[in-house]
Amino acid sequence: MPLIWIIAIVLALGAIGYVLGRQRAMASAGGDIRVLHSLPSYYGTNVSLFSIVPALLVLVIWLMVQPQIIQRQVVEMIPDTVATTSGELSLVMSDVRRVANGLDQAVDQGVLTANEAGTISTDETNIRETLGGIGVALGRDVSADVLQAAQRYRELSGNGNLAMAGVVIVLSLLGFGYAYARTQRDFRARNTVEKAIMSILILASTIAILTTVGIVLSMVLETMDFFELYDWREFFFGTEWIPSFEGGSDLGLLPLLWGTLYITIVALIVAVPVGLFSAIYLAEYAGPKLRSIAKPLIEVLAGIPTIVYGLFALITVGPMLRDYFAEPLGLGTSSSSVATAGIVMGIMLIPFVSSLSDDIINAVPQSLRDGSYGLGATQSETIKQVILPAALPGIVGAILLAASRAIGETMIVVMGAGAAARLSLNPFEAMTTVTVKIVGQLTGDTDFSSPEALVAFALGLTLFALTLCLNVLALYIVRKYREQYE
Amino acid sequence: MTDAAANTPRKKSSIYATDANTKKRNAREARFRAFGLTAIGIGIAALVFLVVSIVGNGYNAFRQTYITIPVELAEQRLDPAGNRDPAEMARVTTFGYAPLLAQALQQHLQAEGIPMDGVNPRDLMAMISQEAPAQVRAMVLANPEIVGQTITLEMLAGGRIDGYFKNRVTLESAERDSNVSPAQLMLAEAMAAAGIIDTRFNWRFITGPDASGQRPEAAGLGVAILGSLYMMLVVLVLALPIGVAASIYLEEFAPQNRFTDIIEVNISNLAAVPSIVFGILGLAIFINFAGLPQSAPIVGGLVLTLMTLPTIIIATRAALRAVPPSIRDAALGLGASKMQAVFHHVLPLAMPGILTGTIIGLAQALGETAPLLLIGMVAFVREFPDAPPEGLFDPTSALPVQVFNWTQRSDPAFVERASGATIVLLVFLVCMNLLAVMLRRRFERRW
Repeated sequence: MPLIWIIAIVLALGAIGYVLGRQRAMASAGGDIRVLHSLPSYYGTNVSLFSIVPALLVLVIWLMVQPQIIQRQVVEMIPDTVATTSGELSLVMSDVRRVANGLDQAVDQGVLTANEAGTISTDETNIRETLGGIGVALGRDVSADVLQAAQRYRELSGNGNLAMAGVVIVLSLLGFGYAYARTQRDFRARNTVEKAIMSILILASTIAILTTVGIVLSMVLETMDFFELYDWREFFFGTEWIPSFEGGSDLGLLPLLWGTLYITIVALIVAVPVGLFSAIYLAEYAGPKLRSIAKPLIEVLAGIPTIVYGLFALITVGPMLRDYFAEPLGLGTSSSSVATAGIVMGIMLIPFVSSLSDDIINAVPQSLRDGSYGLGATQSETIKQVILPAALPGIVGAILLAASRAIGETMIVVMGAGAAARLSLNPFEAMTTVTVKIVGQLTGDTDFSSPEALVAFALGLTLFALTLCLNVLALYIVRKYREQYE
Repeated sequence: MTDAAANTPRKKSSIYATDANTKKRNAREARFRAFGLTAIGIGIAALVFLVVSIVGNGYNAFRQTYITIPVELAEQRLDPAGNRDPAEMARVTTFGYAPLLAQALQQHLQAEGIPMDGVNPRDLMAMISQEAPAQVRAMVLANPEIVGQTITLEMLAGGRIDGYFKNRVTLESAERDSNVSPAQLMLAEAMAAAGIIDTRFNWRFITGPDASGQRPEAAGLGVAILGSLYMMLVVLVLALPIGVAASIYLEEFAPQNRFTDIIEVNISNLAAVPSIVFGILGLAIFINFAGLPQSAPIVGGLVLTLMTLPTIIIATRAALRAVPPSIRDAALGLGASKMQAVFHHVLPLAMPGILTGTIIGLAQALGETAPLLLIGMVAFVREFPDAPPEGLFDPTSALPVQVFNWTQRSDPAFVERASGATIVLLVFLVCMNLLAVMLRRRFERRW
């Protein structure tokens, strides 16, 4: 039974439950709403919730668990001779799944009868051709072992799906019956419904925790696999990045980290003065008219997607820097370079620095300014000697946040910085960053058991840790500062 | 006054004439102001430069050069059996159609009296897009009755010819280019004068599917726009209810304890996690662990949902906080339960703010590229996905990823396409942001 039907049946039961529950409550009160404990709609909602929520919960869990169990059972059937390493095993398993799905599709489309699909053998028919005919492409011919496993897979998942449909619908009916039986005029329906809604609300708010756990787990597990294949000391202290898919790659973090930091520094050199000065001008000098035009315009820069900045770096800024600076100065001939990525990223960061600093400068109490003017200081002297020192922790926090953005930024560096990992000081040379290499190692067909692919998870974890530290530090500084004036 | 101060002779000064020190201070003040103005100028100039550069490179993608000629669909070529059976006619591949078009073009040029100086028939064929034979073939197979007739066809011109009419290709650059000769361009000029070639608005760019690296002139955004739309749908359906539910709990019900503290810290941290990390999460959990298909909008939508949740939660909480406590007190005073007060009174009042936050979150998600690269959205996809819900599991592209994809191709004509796609993306973003601003203006309430 297709999934959508199971869900539809459960939802239909819920809808019926609402109407029946409401009617029963009204009937038990003899049609007098004042005798009921709760409003009639709560009785309906109660029946409806009881028939839908547990059933769908079980459905979701079942959908997640069943493939794992079937996978384990089918893997046991595959002889060790076919697949020796885990990489080969996963390839064979994907073949098994594809054959199984292909056979199911063939039955659906009427190419094979259900009986034929069950008894098909590799000796009589060319399964690859048969399945290719209905649009299921297989990479290689189907061996007897794979076919056998695929048949087992079909059988197990067929049984599993049937059992799932049965269990879910029965559960839905049970919930319906239980709640319906309890529906009478003294039943505290509102409290029950509100408790249920409350648990849904709590569940929703734990998704944030689950996401963090998911991020950390997904990266930590794969990183541990990586460090089993590759020495962690060589990863953290290696100065060479030469991946080769035949094995024996050098996967040193240092050149990537250097590229990342260099580009971040260039970006901050662009963004901090421009952002800070515009924030100062907007907060202290600009009249309401200029402010109402300039502030939104600068903030538009924050709303532009990074891919647009990447394109800008690739087709405009890169060639310009190469033609007017790098080539005349003899510093390089590459249009993708640290300077390209850094300058464009700096433009992206201007609004981060400026709007955060603007808020912080505005939060400095007016009495400080008045005191300074009263002593005869000019406006710029007041800013430099009174306001900036007072706002400094907040500004440092803003700069740290901008730096963490720069470190984690991907598209601008993928399109503007190049792919060559090197330790160099020349800003017009192409360099690469952690994020570029994550994209590089994980796009396309990758074998998730080789160190060359797994290294991306270690890089991701490094990136996550780095940005997390910067963010926590920045928040700490900003919070500490805020307490002083509130 | 101290003795020391009394002993030093005071400099004579006048309040009418500014002394050197004051001059210096005033100059410093003026300089400081100038710095501030310059900084704002730099920021705005960067924005203008960026927009001008993208629009300047990209507006040409919305115009396309077509060749319009009468073509005789010869029966002995297209339907040798003569029975108009589409299944049999499908055996004639695009290679069978190409000579027909070349011949038709040649004949038409002769009829119009346009000389083909230095352009041999093969080069002439190269002036028509490789997409044209496929287009004619699809047309014939869809309607076999037209075989044997002479019909007027409009075909895409080749990428370089198209570029010539958009000033991307010039006679000088053609001399260095192995794909086009100056003679071809001169001929194209003559054809344009005769009205065979013309340039007009390019709907195909917005509605058509992507094309391979050799035919930039045929590449379109249709699949990418649809893919982005599907993902936004998933994000909206998942992120809005979850985000609102989480915010209601945290803002209205949550007690001050360890658990809610952890949630709060988590949300503020997730808002600052680099987007590519979400891509790794999607790859590891949704694709490798849960076994969802690669390049599917459902996976992209799930990843973007997790990314947008913090934005929506932060906006929703601000909107809920802005509803004054008197509303809650009034509802409670009339005997509503806490839940009823929130759902019947606070939430409707906070709705404009919540919607504004959601639209801004969606706009962010629409432009996000990096996580989509990791979940396999870079694949070359030509087929349109089915309608949802099945279509959510079909491979598609997405607007920003399509931009990235096109920049990775070697033909320079794709730069124009990528910039054009960026314009489309930016138009969508501007519309969404305007909608958010309008919502805020229209429904904002000061308490």
